[in-house]
Amino acid sequence: MRELALLVATRKGAWIYRSDVERREWRADGPHFLGHIIHHLVLDPRDGRTLLAAAKTGHLGPTIFRSTDMGRSWSEASRPPAFPKAGEGEVGRAVDHSFWLTPGHASEPGLWYAGTSPQALFRSEDGGATWEGVAGFNDNPAYRDRLGGAQDGTPDGPKLHSMLVDPRDAAHLYLGMSGGGVHESQDAGQTWVPLIDGLEVVEGFDASQWAFHDPHCLTLCPSNPDRLYQQNHCGIYRIDRPSNQWRRIGRAMPTEVGDIGFPIIVHPRDDQTCWVFPMDGTDVWPRTSPGGKPAVYITRDGGESWSRQDVGLPQNSAWWTVYRQAMANDICDPVGVYVGTASGGLWMSADEGEQWSMIAQHLPPIFAVETAVLA
Amino acid sequence: MNVSIPSALQSYTGASQVEASGANLTELFAALDTSYPGIRFRMIDEQDRFRRHMRCFVNGEQVYELCRPLSVRDEVIILQALSGG
Repeated sequence: MRELALLVATRKGAWIYRSDVERREWRADGPHFLGHIIHHLVLDPRDGRTLLAAAKTGHLGPTIFRSTDMGRSWSEASRPPAFPKAGEGEVGRAVDHSFWLTPGHASEPGLWYAGTSPQALFRSEDGGATWEGVAGFNDNPAYRDRLGGAQDGTPDGPKLHSMLVDPRDAAHLYLGMSGGGVHESQDAGQTWVPLIDGLEVVEGFDASQWAFHDPHCLTLCPSNPDRLYQQNHCGIYRIDRPSNQWRRIGRAMPTEVGDIGFPIIVHPRDDQTCWVFPMDGTDVWPRTSPGGKPAVYITRDGGESWSRQDVGLPQNSAWWTVYRQAMANDICDPVGVYVGTASGGLWMSADEGEQWSMIAQHLPPIFAVETAVLA
Repeated sequence: MNVSIPSALQSYTGASQVEASGANLTELFAALDTSYPGIRFRMIDEQDRFRRHMRCFVNGEQVYELCRPLSVRDEVIILQALSGG
């Protein structure tokens, strides 16, 4: 491994930070697309140099930009994710923004997935140049009526997120919807089955209905693809396949902190270790760090116990939010952990969360942080 | 006819004023997209609706329908109507 990159997507553009594997100094490259709303910036791990950026602005429609030289030059998708034109008398859907980008399986170079708001799944087979809807999901009668429009759900619209590809099987997929639960496909997206047993919902709603579920972020363990972790609106969960039962491992979090948050990430080589960034989920959902005291929590035993990690982070008066895509880890040893805040701070730990330092401050609100190994 | 391009779309045209033709706005925007690929989708969604903050004026009058007929001497102004931070 020669060089690492942090791909930082913000409300006003994208930045790329580069470092050697010691991670002591980061060189900033950016802004790219200043003024564009960038929801996700992802490097293709299959070639180590192709970047995709999901972009829109306050007035212009959503598109995908591509670079094959690590951001020195960009080209626009000739067909960005878009729904088919509706028939006469039907209400047509329009993509408001692409939210989540996932490279396809290692055996399928050029294949990418995009999750959008309103909630839908798109696929590209040519490295992100042209996109088609995944009809088995978007047009599935079992799903279609409950996917919602761009103005439903959360203030910026419900999100199709956490599109995951089983590293052992290109046809085995998972996804999450902020308005609609977790779903699994065994046939490359042609058919889908809800995977919501054991998940809780807001009091008063029917947990057997997938439309009432609100997963915030799913992650699959690279070292054990049968294990997934989930940060949900209603707790932190783990599942070990082939079981269909999620278990609320967030019950072991300190009660004064709770187990509500947006992101969750997992150790690249240890399926017992994952990290969350809790937020205040009380009364009106302030969605700040609880008490203004930001901290990451780590489990090293699969969620049986959790430890607070806040050395180097502000000890008070820091009312952060970390969005669901804005926490990431690298694959170094020890693992580097990164968070980007809605207040525009970019933080890192080079020792698995034990000590934290700031890479950048005063960035625009950070929507996503990804790590990448450069070719 | 002359078409005024807002700053947000000048990365496509490289100019604030361009020449394009069409018997109606549908044809005009198709012609613009041929000359400047991608520009149409940033203004008009896949259901042929103007995006929320895009405005189009023909001879000073706001137009809402893409079927609006045009003549060669018409002046078309595309505007972005954005508020907020």
